[in-house]
Amino acid sequence: MKSSRFDATVLTLGFAFLYIPIIILVIYSFNASRLVTVWGGFSFQWYRTMWSNQGLMDAAWITARVGVLSATIGTVLGTLAALSLVRFSRFPGRMLFSGMIYAPLVMPEVITGLSLLLLFVAVGIDRGFWTVVIAHTTFTMCYVAIVVQSRLMTFDRSLEEAALDLGCPPVKTFFRITLPLIMPAVIAGWMLAFTLSLDDLVIASFTTGPGATTLPIKIYSQVRLGVTPEINAICTILIGLVTLGVIAASISTKRAELRRIRDEHVALRGVT
Amino acid sequence: MGQGMAKSLGPVKRKFSPWTDPSAVPFIRFENITKRYGDFTAVDNLTLDIYEREFFSLLGPSGCGKTTLMRMLAGFEEPTEGRILLQGKDISGVPPYRRPTNMMFQSYALFPHMTVEKNIAFGLEQDGLSKVEIAARVEEMLKLVKLEPFARRKPAQLSGGQRQRVALARSLAKRPKVLLLDEPLGALDRKLREETQFELMDIQTNLGLTFLIVTHDQEEAMTVSDRIAVMDKGVIMQVATPAEIYEAPNSRYVADFIGDINIFEGTVSSTESALGAPGAVRIDCDGITVAVEQECQAVKGDRVTFAIRPEKVRISPDQPSDTSVNAVYGEVWDIGYLGDFSIFLVKLADDRIVRAAQANVSRLVDRPITFGDMVWLTWPLDAGLVLTR
Repeated sequence: MKSSRFDATVLTLGFAFLYIPIIILVIYSFNASRLVTVWGGFSFQWYRTMWSNQGLMDAAWITARVGVLSATIGTVLGTLAALSLVRFSRFPGRMLFSGMIYAPLVMPEVITGLSLLLLFVAVGIDRGFWTVVIAHTTFTMCYVAIVVQSRLMTFDRSLEEAALDLGCPPVKTFFRITLPLIMPAVIAGWMLAFTLSLDDLVIASFTTGPGATTLPIKIYSQVRLGVTPEINAICTILIGLVTLGVIAASISTKRAELRRIRDEHVALRGVT
Repeated sequence: MGQGMAKSLGPVKRKFSPWTDPSAVPFIRFENITKRYGDFTAVDNLTLDIYEREFFSLLGPSGCGKTTLMRMLAGFEEPTEGRILLQGKDISGVPPYRRPTNMMFQSYALFPHMTVEKNIAFGLEQDGLSKVEIAARVEEMLKLVKLEPFARRKPAQLSGGQRQRVALARSLAKRPKVLLLDEPLGALDRKLREETQFELMDIQTNLGLTFLIVTHDQEEAMTVSDRIAVMDKGVIMQVATPAEIYEAPNSRYVADFIGDINIFEGTVSSTESALGAPGAVRIDCDGITVAVEQECQAVKGDRVTFAIRPEKVRISPDQPSDTSVNAVYGEVWDIGYLGDFSIFLVKLADDRIVRAAQANVSRLVDRPITFGDMVWLTWPLDAGLVLTR
């Protein structure tokens, strides 16, 4: 009994440590007072003023566009990288290539950001929206490659061979057979890439330029001037979006599982 | 699958043996085929002819190169050396999607995101057939494999036997010149497997197609095939009809691989007639003298193998009139009751085990011969085999 009380305490403390700051942030976004640390009654006013804060809204819009673009390009490139890594098991430099795919995952963001900055300066590209997109693509494609690669490892090659055997050329086989079957992994990779791009501060601040301030940069710079309840409000919305995404993902996994069980029942009954 | 199916038997099987006709042109010809993966030789300088409308089996243990050979015909692998001719034309370098062969995969490889009818239609769509033609052919295929009520189901909603039939229908839909079957019945239970074997034979005869099947199951190969190629380590040990493979294996490997057999090492003690001519060969197998009436290249003093199938060994408690040759005496050490047959394991004085099979023709539950009985095992002159390799 004693040990279980100990477990419960540890669990409570752990969760408290993780979630209390977030809960405080959410609560204070409904604070009527302008002072972040003093409760002045319940209010939605910061959600209203947030919409009229042009700087914040511009940053949110830029972040969304950077996220969609870099996640999409990163997903295409990452999927192709995963395919070549899994399919061409013996090409010169394969070990190096597959090791390099993982490198950006462990590379400190400061170094990734700095090296990209140096590259853009050396090449002479004006920093702005597109440099952030390129920077985000380079690091998100690695995550996509890893997600898709693990799906392809368990992919039954004979499905592709069956399509070829039935007269379907290789490229068409990829779009008719392979892609639809690995789609869940590709979508998961895209969502991961989008989320990573959404909350990246370090790499974006190295590679951005005037007129391309992303939301994390905006929030960070505003906080340095003092936390306003508007920041709390937009952060609450972000938390809400991420929570919704996680819940949707887990519901869809659960439903896929239920469908599989139902299919098995149908197969066992053996009748229509 | 088949109660309904089993009743619609095709015409009585005709005698079919184009391989004995020297003027017959092979449909498929593997010519000096070698396949290497790095240092490993999967197929070693192999030559094989398969004739039109033949049901041909490649039989061997896993890793013997049988699947590699089939995959080379389908176009998934290219031979390192040699060439493959289909109707006299070299098909090297032709990609799998342009070959007139279709394959039924061991895993069935059904497209999980498509319904049964979409799976069957897939190959036809690639040929650019019209919607009406495709629908008609799919209908015909569903009927052939008795799956009409399941057309709209996804593969996950089918049982193993049903999936197997979808795979068969899909590979037959394009009317391939050659159908390749990779361990087609491996995943089915025994009863279903037997039924399906006969159905495969019916389909093959009725559609007039050439079937090439890869299997490690010797019973399956024996049942379905016109001819069998027994393979080991990338080479063909013997190509012959099932009966020839069983009754006249050309080597110890084939004899041992197909069915149950007693094997003794021995030395030829006399050949009654001149070298190579028919006559009885006497072999001394460490105290047992056996005589075989067989055309044989062995001469006096040669080390040879004597082999005899258990069902050709007679078991009896009574002493035979001549015990000097083709007769051994021992104790019943174990009995395997198989229902239709009983296998007696008889231990000789020198601890060697000889197996004898006896058909259980009467319904007696108490068998006249039982554990610990002393019995005589005998066999006629033409029952055994002398194997020189």
